[in-house]
Amino acid sequence: MALITGFAIQGLQMLLVLALAPGLVGLVRRIKARLMRRPGPPIRQPYRDLLRLMRKEVVLAENASWLFRATPYLVFAASWVAAALVPTFATGLQFSWTADLIAIVALLGSARFFLALAGMDVGTSFGGIGSSREMMFASMAEPAMLLTVFALSLVAGSTQLSTVVQVLHGPPGVGLRVSLGMALVSLVIVAIAENGRIPVDNPATHLELTMVHEAMVLEYSGRHLAMIELAAALKLLLYVSLIACLFVPWGIAREGDPPVALALGIGTYLLKLALGGAALAVFEASIAKMRVFRVPDYLGVALMLGLLGTLLLFVSRAL
Amino acid sequence: MIEAAAIATLGLFLLSPLAIALRGRASVSGLIYALSILPCLGLVGVGLMGLGDRHSSAMVLPVGLPWIGAHLRLDALTDFFLLVVGIGGAATSLYAIGYGRHEEEPGRVLPFYPGFLGAMALVVLADDAFTFLVAWEVMSLLSWALVMAHHREAEVRAAGLIYLIMAAFGTMALVLAFGLLAGSGGDYAFAAIRSLPRSMPVSIAVAFLVLVGAGSKAGVVPLHLWLPRAHPAAPSHVSALMSGVMTKVAIYAFLRVVFDLIGPLPWMVSPVLILTGVATAVLGIVNAAVADDMKKILAYSTIENVGVIFAAIGLAQAFRADDMPTAAALALSAALFHVFNHMAFKSLLFMSSGAVLTATGRRDLDGLGGLIRRMPVTSFLTLIGVVAISALPPLNGFASEWMVFQTVLQSPQLPQLGLEMLVPAAGGMLALAAALAAAAFVRFYGLGFLGRGRSAEASNAREVDRYMLAAMGGLAALCVLAGLVPALVLDRLAPVVEALTRSRLPVQSAEPWLTVVPVAVARSTYNPLLVCLFIAATASAAAWVVHRAGTRALRRAPAWDCGFPDPSPLTQYGAGSFAQPLRRVLGGVLLRAREEVEMPPPGATVPARHRVIQHDLIWEWAYLPLARGILKVATEANRLQFLTIRRYLAFVMGTLVSLLLVLSIWR
Repeated sequence: MALITGFAIQGLQMLLVLALAPGLVGLVRRIKARLMRRPGPPIRQPYRDLLRLMRKEVVLAENASWLFRATPYLVFAASWVAAALVPTFATGLQFSWTADLIAIVALLGSARFFLALAGMDVGTSFGGIGSSREMMFASMAEPAMLLTVFALSLVAGSTQLSTVVQVLHGPPGVGLRVSLGMALVSLVIVAIAENGRIPVDNPATHLELTMVHEAMVLEYSGRHLAMIELAAALKLLLYVSLIACLFVPWGIAREGDPPVALALGIGTYLLKLALGGAALAVFEASIAKMRVFRVPDYLGVALMLGLLGTLLLFVSRAL
Repeated sequence: MIEAAAIATLGLFLLSPLAIALRGRASVSGLIYALSILPCLGLVGVGLMGLGDRHSSAMVLPVGLPWIGAHLRLDALTDFFLLVVGIGGAATSLYAIGYGRHEEEPGRVLPFYPGFLGAMALVVLADDAFTFLVAWEVMSLLSWALVMAHHREAEVRAAGLIYLIMAAFGTMALVLAFGLLAGSGGDYAFAAIRSLPRSMPVSIAVAFLVLVGAGSKAGVVPLHLWLPRAHPAAPSHVSALMSGVMTKVAIYAFLRVVFDLIGPLPWMVSPVLILTGVATAVLGIVNAAVADDMKKILAYSTIENVGVIFAAIGLAQAFRADDMPTAAALALSAALFHVFNHMAFKSLLFMSSGAVLTATGRRDLDGLGGLIRRMPVTSFLTLIGVVAISALPPLNGFASEWMVFQTVLQSPQLPQLGLEMLVPAAGGMLALAAALAAAAFVRFYGLGFLGRGRSAEASNAREVDRYMLAAMGGLAALCVLAGLVPALVLDRLAPVVEALTRSRLPVQSAEPWLTVVPVAVARSTYNPLLVCLFIAATASAAAWVVHRAGTRALRRAPAWDCGFPDPSPLTQYGAGSFAQPLRRVLGGVLLRAREEVEMPPPGATVPARHRVIQHDLIWEWAYLPLARGILKVATEANRLQFLTIRRYLAFVMGTLVSLLLVLSIWR
């Protein structure tokens, strides 16, 4: 019975993240539009776009190889699995032990690796420029992310996300620490860069000024593009869930909690997602995109904060 | 068991004269390579069985110095490295059956190749300093001869010269190290060295000398300069052996001396190792990310991986010195696992660059492209290799990198504050190296195998023969296997780790679903098998649903490229353009990279020119001044050759008097 419940809750989480991901993107777009005094598309627009894309035929470049056709599914699967491994409304799920935080980060790295390869497959200049810049950003963002992971894991004594959340959430909790603050800032910076949001990249266009992620997937169409868009939405959801479960862990149900706690967990999770999306929209609406070669400086800040956060652990005390 | 290992090694050595005797025959190349496979498989068998039953066996052969003989011994460490040499050697030999046919002068490769394999096995088997050093030197010289196989190219000759100098320098450091180890007693057997008491300064000096001696062979910064020159210069199967296996033999030498022969070492040694390892990793991969030559990229990436291994060994030393055997066992398991993994994927990638070289005659990224359509099998196997080497799940490169990160997270237990803070920072730099490796290998694969062919040779490439594909396939399977079930490899490593650190990881294959649990379940777990299963299941489910619920329609059309596709393949992103962001961000400091654009004045018909200027700072700041200094001293000393006999007699007299003077004061 416990096994079946475990599987059910794990399955619920997988479906939940998949179902909510486009909604989060829609919400961010909607709030951003309102902040700019536009009516903006309805929140359900991304769902419609995805359905429309899935029904359209794929226009494939003549020399596209099997790698180009397989990548969307691989990227989607890796993003989905990674997103489903991050605690959203409950910790200690059936399969939460299959990959720790380091492996989740690396799983997203695998997805990006294949996407960057696919960008180069057709042999266009746009694809190359996108891949090259994406990998440059990643080579700064990934170490920053891992240093943040180190800081968190050293506090919690584990890299297992469920355990980390439980330790941070308490009782007894870990108290207020400078390191955790730095980790939060660093994680937010990385999240913005990894998801290609303003000021690093602009998800709304794919022309001259923002030749990173959108340039890389320029050759994709139809169902392939739908998979990639869905994967991008899942990745955004993953980072919001990650920040939420690490830094605002309240309301997350624990292993063996009654169904009421689960319902409460889902409720608070939805609230956290909405707040996270709103914060992202406000941030994006209030800042301008930066030049490509400013981005390494920006990510360098995250790297330094991650490092400082880790080092301060050894000399500071919790409040 | 030791007899079998000795016979296999002897068999390899005997193949060398056979190759000379049969020279000129048409089928000699295939025969020698095919015959080399057997002893290598024998070594694999010995290694596997030894790791299984944990017996050590030894023998003394009456060759070598009369009062020593040649001691050979099998223990866990030897077994593991015999396994590495055996697998690498067998795969390379199989590959060479096909690759060797394209060799223009097989007489310059064949006699040295089996001897090189045998010498590597003998280094690992040796149980006394004399045999070890002789085997080491034979290994160096035979690999030098193999590097010089294409000696008519000036670049190869230059590489050979640098390699020879660095190899001699490294051996000198090792000779000094063993001299200090054996002490004034002069018993060179390892058993005697082990039991000899020695003071801390001597131990530290030995550790440093071995770091220089073995490190120069492994490619540790700043002794790495020969590696990216010599490894690519050799024929590709030899490059695979040098990068995949010989660097591992160097790591064996380091482990054997530092973790076995010296005895206890203070913790102060470990920061040196960790910092050297991290600097090696980062510098190696930054160079790999901007190099244009396929084999050069691979050679620089070897330097990176050696850096990762040395950093993990440094961590093991830190934990060992602070009496934390469990953490030391974790660190050493990570290092040895990475040794194994790097052997597999680096040999695979050098083989695939050799396959590309065979098919197209080129190895510059700007002349390749589109091979995934011309050479589908090679391209697929190479893809496995690049995913593995970029430390991406679910393959083996990530599994060992993950173990290294887990080791880094053990640092709060260290008693020294400096070390405690150094280790996570080093972990961050290793993460940077791993991320840069992904960038470097997206470039490697994307430019070499994807896109449109940039030259006629690339556009008309043909798939290589079945021997080469079989060898690459075997190594790729090993990468996948070690990646999906690291538990199996880690359990094989347990006796080695136990012998060196007196502790071991928990038994991994007893965990449910073959999960990797380095310390405890609550701390960290990773199950690549399930992750891979989940990804495969969700990817195929997604594909099925999308094709069912959506549409299957697909139309081939010209590439979109934002409406301006250009038919010339030269308009694709090239090696220089792909590297540009990283060159600007990191290369500005580390490589002093600059770009110069010469714009002709308006109206002029000359083309604009764009140049990239890069500097190898270690070469320019350390090696060139040193070389100039040596030349200057040698030129000065040259005058001594043209003196009259009176002067010479005066010198002899003066030397004698001053020596007697020193002696009289000394006493």
